[in-house]
Amino acid sequence: MLQKIYDWIDDRIDITPIWRDIADHEVPEHVNPAHHFSAFVYCFGGLTFFVVVIQILSGMFLTMYYVPDIQNAWKSVYYLQTEVAHGQIVRGMHHWGASVVIVMLLLHTLRVFFQGAYKKPRELNWVVGVLIFFVMLGLGFTGYLLPWDNKAYFATQVGLEMAEQVPFIGQQLKILLAGDATIVGAQTLTRFFAIHVFFLPAALFGLLAAHFILIRKQGISGPL
Amino acid sequence: MHKGKGMKFVGDSRISAERKPNIPKDYSEYPGRTEAFWPNFLLKEWLAGAVFLVGFLSLTLAHPSPLEGMADPTDAAYIPLPDWYFLFLYELLKYEFASGDFILLGMLVLPGLGFGALLLAPFLDNGPGRRPHQRPVAVGMMLLGLVSVIWLTYTSASHVDWESRAEANKPIPQAEVTIDTEHPGFASYENSCLACHGNELEGGAGPALVGMDLSAEEIADIAVNGIGSMPADQFTGTDEELEQLVDFIIAVNESAE
Repeated sequence: MLQKIYDWIDDRIDITPIWRDIADHEVPEHVNPAHHFSAFVYCFGGLTFFVVVIQILSGMFLTMYYVPDIQNAWKSVYYLQTEVAHGQIVRGMHHWGASVVIVMLLLHTLRVFFQGAYKKPRELNWVVGVLIFFVMLGLGFTGYLLPWDNKAYFATQVGLEMAEQVPFIGQQLKILLAGDATIVGAQTLTRFFAIHVFFLPAALFGLLAAHFILIRKQGISGPL
Repeated sequence: MHKGKGMKFVGDSRISAERKPNIPKDYSEYPGRTEAFWPNFLLKEWLAGAVFLVGFLSLTLAHPSPLEGMADPTDAAYIPLPDWYFLFLYELLKYEFASGDFILLGMLVLPGLGFGALLLAPFLDNGPGRRPHQRPVAVGMMLLGLVSVIWLTYTSASHVDWESRAEANKPIPQAEVTIDTEHPGFASYENSCLACHGNELEGGAGPALVGMDLSAEEIADIAVNGIGSMPADQFTGTDEELEQLVDFIIAVNESAE
């Protein structure tokens, strides 16, 4: 039955080459922890992606309850945390995932760096990876404000004051982020929400796609 | 890709009518013990991922995500603190050469150099050797950066009393309380308690009286004898008035639930 469905689709859109491009590739001996246990260092990139998937899924469920306005943001998070079934676990996954993803990203970066795996011909993929790191820090910064509790509010205020001190474009940068030259308030929250939920994830998906396409194209770097 | 004459297509589309069998490549001729990703290696990754997920979920269950009280922009005493992975930047700005007149150095130049070098590492470290000892400058700079970031994060975090911060900023929902001014205990509350504990028991100089876990006897005892920094004899009425006062506080607490 499944085979028939597959054949029916394959007949129309020639899915086999696409499927083979995605799933069919070699795993060399030197990256396989089943053969050399020390190869577990190659897992950090995959684990980063795994946590990113956790972040996307838990974030999607969080937006079902979260309300991005200053009257209700904190209340909706409190409600989610105390009343909603398993709400504490979903928010916990998103909260801790944000830290774990930074840790995994750092470990992955260090593995690639100390193995010199970014050398020719893989320079561009390293640049894409570092951009993913920056996007991830941006997601951490914007997501920190969303619960609208005291630590969120005052940390963001400090962050925006720093943005203001950037020469030449500081004032514009602050207004772009906060929605106002002086007030950290309703506009700031909706802007950070939009950046956290739409702008940065869009950038992240594009960069991740480029990262993975380049890995598949170039293959994993050889043993030292 | 097959090109040229004699190609057959599905209908009027660009899909080749020639079917390729869906058989994975044979990796046995590759050097070493190469394995196919699908499905052999993916199954092992799946198992490792499951173990990781169990550990991760245990963490979220053991440590519920923290939430402080609702943002209060008028709270001038609050000491801001970023998330842990920004602590090193926060700590850097406390140094004399990175703050005040030199704020741009601490805020833009130093982090810019660090992150810029990270971004452009393959072009700065462009020799052919991949082993760490073949590129001592790059590895040395990375170790220096890593040690500085860990050190800055550590010093920043060690100055923070995390437990007292969490204790002082517990989330208290703004309950919708009903204040019954006709209640016989209200007059006593107004005279003895309101100045410090607020119109709606929300607190002020003293703590909020809503959401306490105290029995009627304990409330009566505190009203007469004080507790902590609250002096004794705040309430000086009769026993009957004391009973009415306690009754009033409990009634407000019940209305908040």
